[in-house]
Amino acid sequence: MNAGSFILNILILGVPFSVALLLAGLGETINQRSGVFNLGCEGIMAMGAFLAFLPPYFLAKTPLAPSANLIGILLAVAAGALLGLLFALVVVTFRAPQGIAGIGLQMLGWGTAGTLFRRYVGGVTGVTGIPSLPIPGLSRIPILGPILFNHNPLVYLAFLLVPVFWYILFKTPWGLKVRAVGTYPRAADSLGIPVARVRYQALALGGAMAGLAGAYLSLAQAKMFADDLIAGRGFIAVALVYFGRWNPVGIMGGALLFSLAQSLQLSIQVAGIDFPYEFAVMLPYALVIVVLALVRKARMVGPAELGKPFDREQRV
Amino acid sequence: MQFEPIRSLELRGITKRFPGILACDHIDLAVGEHSVRALVGENGAGKTTLMNILMGLYQPDEGSILLNGREVRFRSPNDAFAHGIGMVHQHFMLVPNMTVTENVALGMKSTHRPFRLDLGAARKRIREVSERHELPVNPDAYVWQLSVGEQQRVELVKTLCLGARFLILDEPTSALTPQETDELIELLKKMSRELSVIFISHKLHEVKALSDTVSILRRGRIVFEGRTEDHSPADLAALMTGHEVALPCVECSDAAPAEGRGLLSVRDLRVRGDRGNLALDGLSFDVAAGEILGLAGVSGNGQRELAETLNGLRKPESGSVLLDGAELGGRGADAVIASGMGYIPEDRNTEGIVPSFSIRENLVLKDVGTVDWSRGGFLRLGPIARNAADLRERFDIRCPSVDTAAGSLSGGNIQKVILARELARKPKALVAVYPTRGLDMGAEEFIHKQLLALRAAGVGILLVSEELDEIMNLSDRIAVIYKGRILKVVPGRDATKRSLGLLMAGVLDE
Repeated sequence: MNAGSFILNILILGVPFSVALLLAGLGETINQRSGVFNLGCEGIMAMGAFLAFLPPYFLAKTPLAPSANLIGILLAVAAGALLGLLFALVVVTFRAPQGIAGIGLQMLGWGTAGTLFRRYVGGVTGVTGIPSLPIPGLSRIPILGPILFNHNPLVYLAFLLVPVFWYILFKTPWGLKVRAVGTYPRAADSLGIPVARVRYQALALGGAMAGLAGAYLSLAQAKMFADDLIAGRGFIAVALVYFGRWNPVGIMGGALLFSLAQSLQLSIQVAGIDFPYEFAVMLPYALVIVVLALVRKARMVGPAELGKPFDREQRV
Repeated sequence: MQFEPIRSLELRGITKRFPGILACDHIDLAVGEHSVRALVGENGAGKTTLMNILMGLYQPDEGSILLNGREVRFRSPNDAFAHGIGMVHQHFMLVPNMTVTENVALGMKSTHRPFRLDLGAARKRIREVSERHELPVNPDAYVWQLSVGEQQRVELVKTLCLGARFLILDEPTSALTPQETDELIELLKKMSRELSVIFISHKLHEVKALSDTVSILRRGRIVFEGRTEDHSPADLAALMTGHEVALPCVECSDAAPAEGRGLLSVRDLRVRGDRGNLALDGLSFDVAAGEILGLAGVSGNGQRELAETLNGLRKPESGSVLLDGAELGGRGADAVIASGMGYIPEDRNTEGIVPSFSIRENLVLKDVGTVDWSRGGFLRLGPIARNAADLRERFDIRCPSVDTAAGSLSGGNIQKVILARELARKPKALVAVYPTRGLDMGAEEFIHKQLLALRAAGVGILLVSEELDEIMNLSDRIAVIYKGRILKVVPGRDATKRSLGLLMAGVLDE
């Protein structure tokens, strides 16, 4: 294998690897912009992955089989949104500490998905998954074609959502409200913006995105479900939001950086390069820590009230 | 947008209870067209609560609001805006990481199109309003880039953009410099020809300058209502506090500063600010025992950095700080505290106290390691409690109990806690930074008296303030700080507002 095709391989693998992080990260960006960080992202992804996996698994031999993947995705998105609303109930309405509540949600989602999986499915079982959809013409372009235009539809969707989320955040009234309630809820409140309602909406959207990210993992990337399928990606997504400075474009950069490191370590192993395997596996995670430590403290960018509940009648 | 004009606004029997407090107690208030009503009262009298009820932010427990004689109910600020009522809050309600236009659009629901925010419309409205009322603002600036005075203008523009024809201003001058305050008063006078205004303040000369009628609130009740021109500031102050108020001054006291200059002496101090700039650039001064040296200046000229350096919170690049002959420059806060320096910091809530700690704990915070308050690694709760009870009495700290969290007290009482702690330590010198900022007259009087008593006891005091009245009343000498240097030191009795104002602007010779 020559160096050129080695690098090409890393890129071809890296792009689809980034999608789960990107989808979850975009959702978490909306959460955090509204002033709430959802550490339960990982748990929502586990539920999403599990629920998305069910229809293709159980409907494989029925007339519904052709739309099973779509049903699975919708199920995952709906469940994600509901879990997001549950989280909102706990941290917005009951003002529970967000970090602890998030870890609770993570364990709830992860445990429920794993338990139900073992009870009703059991063992490691594969599904056909979402087939790739090469874009006619574009996928034939040398080098760029296989890197960018020879993937499954969710990959394209994820990257199209980057400008969409940017537009939502910075160019729509709802995005303006989300940013306001995350930075200075008292000001938003004084202008008659319902702080709690906006946070509920943001958390529902964030949860739906995490559910979609889970569905991507089980249906498109792994084409199977297992207990440890998510493997910390939900937490990485939360970290990427800081790295990307609460900006969808930055999240995309972070997701790509991480996934390219991931595909680099896989390629090192596959190519049989003499490099300790444990270090290779560690590489992407170590990279996230190093990058987060190096990123200059963002001033006047992010949601200043991140993690703080809002209570109108609390005296300042 | 066509609105019915607001000819009258009336509050009837408004009552609001918070846990443990009756914030508003059957308040009646009526304001007519094109008038400026001053609403005056000490901190915690219920002014802000009352206005938050009027804006629909709080729901009253009892009472009603009448607009042009018809009862209205405001469930949210949107309802108040819809009726043409707008409020400029004491703490600016501007989102710092958004532009001026975005902040206005946030409240301007007509710019909220489906799937699109119409910033163009918001910008156009800002331009109309700012031209009409001579309020220049840059619509594309981020709020965090603006000075406090500019943010105040943005708040006014925002409120007017939302269609306010009845303005509520909650202590609009509390964060402004004297010059900015004068400008604002002029502006509001002009605006009152077209609008009705409720002006909340406890600065009585502003009330005199601006309002037609005045209502005085004390402990949740209206205790007085009348025409402003019929009453002197001293009358109003007495009605506000419930007793005669006479701010003390240094000339009325007999004690004279010690001869010699040596108690606290600062030489050629050079200190960097947070952004790496040279915030103090060769600054020197002396404070004698039993002297108050007033440090006048527009804030941002190095006062914060000076106070922090004197108290061991910032390391100087060069220069020396001598307290009673001992070098303190560059030593840590613990060494400075141990050497007998007292400190009333600029931000009383975050630097002066630990808000979640009880009053009792805050009162021993600086010496908790000494045998007075702890032994063998355990707190001596008995002496700590006796200390708190004693200081509460001596300093008239008004609180439910000394176990109350210090952060829940009013600003004046928090300042009394800090003052009590610092004075009980019997300091040699005291650095007091904006000690009465945002406080009402009663608290101001108390703190001024304490500072003068300390002076008489032979403590050297550096008083940093922007309030010229305060500086001129209390100081033996006045040093004017400008761009990190002392521009000039003048004897307190020779200073006039005009001469100090010029010096503060950097003009050395007339």
